[in-house]
Amino acid sequence: MRLSRSAMAGLGLLIALPFLIRFFFGASERYYLHLLIQIFIWSFIYTGWSIMGRFGLTSLGHGAFTGIGAYGCILLWNYAGLTPWLGIPIAVAVAVLVALLVGYPCFHMRITGHYFALLTLALTEFVRLCIVGLRDYTGGSLGTQPRRYGDGLSLYAMQFEPSRTLSFYIALALWLAGLVIWKWIDRSMDRYALEAASQDEEAAASVGIDVTREKLKVTAVSAAMCAVGGAIYAQYQMYIGPDTIAGLSVSLNIVFAVIAGGLWTMLGPTFGAVFTQVLSEVLRVTIQSTAGLQSAFGSSVLALDTLIYGLLLVLFIIYMPRGILGTILERRDKRHSRIAATPVKAM
Amino acid sequence: MECQLDIFFLEAVLNGLLLAGLLALLALGLNLIFGVIDVVWICYAELVMVGMYGINYAYKAGAPFLAAALFGVLLVALAGAILHQLVIRPVLDAAPINQLLVTGGMLFVLQAAATVAFGIDFKNLGIRLGSINVADMSFSYSRIITFGVASAAMLMLWLFLSRTYVGIAIRAIAQDRQIMPLMGVDHRNIYLVTSGIGGGLAGLGAALMVLQYDIYPQIGLQFGPLIFMICVLGGLGSMIGGFVAAFIISEFIAIGGSCFATEWGYAIAFLFFMVVIFIRPQGLFGGKA
Repeated sequence: MRLSRSAMAGLGLLIALPFLIRFFFGASERYYLHLLIQIFIWSFIYTGWSIMGRFGLTSLGHGAFTGIGAYGCILLWNYAGLTPWLGIPIAVAVAVLVALLVGYPCFHMRITGHYFALLTLALTEFVRLCIVGLRDYTGGSLGTQPRRYGDGLSLYAMQFEPSRTLSFYIALALWLAGLVIWKWIDRSMDRYALEAASQDEEAAASVGIDVTREKLKVTAVSAAMCAVGGAIYAQYQMYIGPDTIAGLSVSLNIVFAVIAGGLWTMLGPTFGAVFTQVLSEVLRVTIQSTAGLQSAFGSSVLALDTLIYGLLLVLFIIYMPRGILGTILERRDKRHSRIAATPVKAM
Repeated sequence: MECQLDIFFLEAVLNGLLLAGLLALLALGLNLIFGVIDVVWICYAELVMVGMYGINYAYKAGAPFLAAALFGVLLVALAGAILHQLVIRPVLDAAPINQLLVTGGMLFVLQAAATVAFGIDFKNLGIRLGSINVADMSFSYSRIITFGVASAAMLMLWLFLSRTYVGIAIRAIAQDRQIMPLMGVDHRNIYLVTSGIGGGLAGLGAALMVLQYDIYPQIGLQFGPLIFMICVLGGLGSMIGGFVAAFIISEFIAIGGSCFATEWGYAIAFLFFMVVIFIRPQGLFGGKA
């Protein structure tokens, strides 16, 4: 894959970023790096969701896959002593298996729209309930931690949390891998087949597209990415709870961020991650440092950022359904087409 | 724990039956909105939560329980109408997924608003109605009242939908969205009325739930997924289907909960739901997929 000059420059900047942060914001280096790592890991998960979401397969079940990835990897490490190098592939395989088990009947029976969303929502709840129910192993709703190996920096145990710089590069590599996968699918024939299927399934099937098979392919890739993302998140955070990495709110957050960023462009999900993470951080910090609000609401002021965040998301979906990046690109394309004086049919 | 066919098993079955009344009532409200407006309110259980806080507020302010309950019903009915007017109407012509997500966003908004306004601690009205003992089995009065009121409300809704002009217009819209405007029915008003009724049912659910459950901002997450599941299992838009599905699901929860642990009852119910939908995607009583 050839990179354009601006992409090379951007990549160079990202690689240099930890040093720039150390130089300019040395005092709060760890905090900024943490924010960036979060953005990269979630961007990867969001990109994974968008790989199937862009074809009209709106799953609310991806909270299940991140949960299986995170818990699978940690439980295998804690109870079987299995290194995450083996644990993650096993957890991913389980997530893909679950995705195919749920996906096959869905696609075969042509379950789409509301039904697909609510069915996958049930999957998320099922996985979350299993995690809570197996509380002897998973710690129930209190969550659990991977057993720390030595000083917490280990290739064997895939633990890197103490070094923020190392974590940054791991997260960056993960994010880049996500973009490569996105690009790979975008260029494949499967993309055209799936786009046809998302417009009219019967017509696509009649020209010889195996719709079920094509959908299962992207579902498997998408679920695998979310499981890997969940596992890496767990390895970085060194703590997971059923509500932070599995469950309905994780699923909804994934969908929201992607919609806010833009579903149909490569960097849309990344944009969504930047937007949602920065927004919630800024709101959290502003609200916590405002004494007036603190005294007026007490500790429940902590929910004020979620309130504003939720309101903004609602406004986004109503007024900017193509997302931030999608809308910017659309405006740019319109201007270009006006200059060229050729009418471009909007999708 | 062993599961035996003894008196405790029978108790679990009957308690499941009593729970079904409440769940059927809530599923009915969601089903009505889906059938008529073709939108799923992901935040439906959060409206119930709003109602519970409203009732709690009115009751603690000194209102008698029945007045507080009426206040709750009206409050949520109003909230439903406002939700429709401000949030649903702008996206009525948008992609279905955006309609789903916009109410998902309201889920966060309502939950966070409740936390900011009331804090995260559990609240309850402090009403204890006691329980009745029949042959070693114990049933709380609040559950029995809930079942009775929910059944009565469903019967009244059925009468409303089948006997009054507005009710017939609502059912007609649900059957054919395109034709009804030509027949002189203003679908915008019908949508608003339906949202109000759907909200009112959530409010009634809230009035019944405050008798049994503690109030906290996340209570919606406990009931919400269950209610969707019941609606889909019965067939979205099918009211009788929702009723039957509510019984099936609550028996799973009650029996599973008494034999194993509570989560496993829920988990088995969700698993059962997925399997049934694979076999019958349109739900048990759904007409068309």
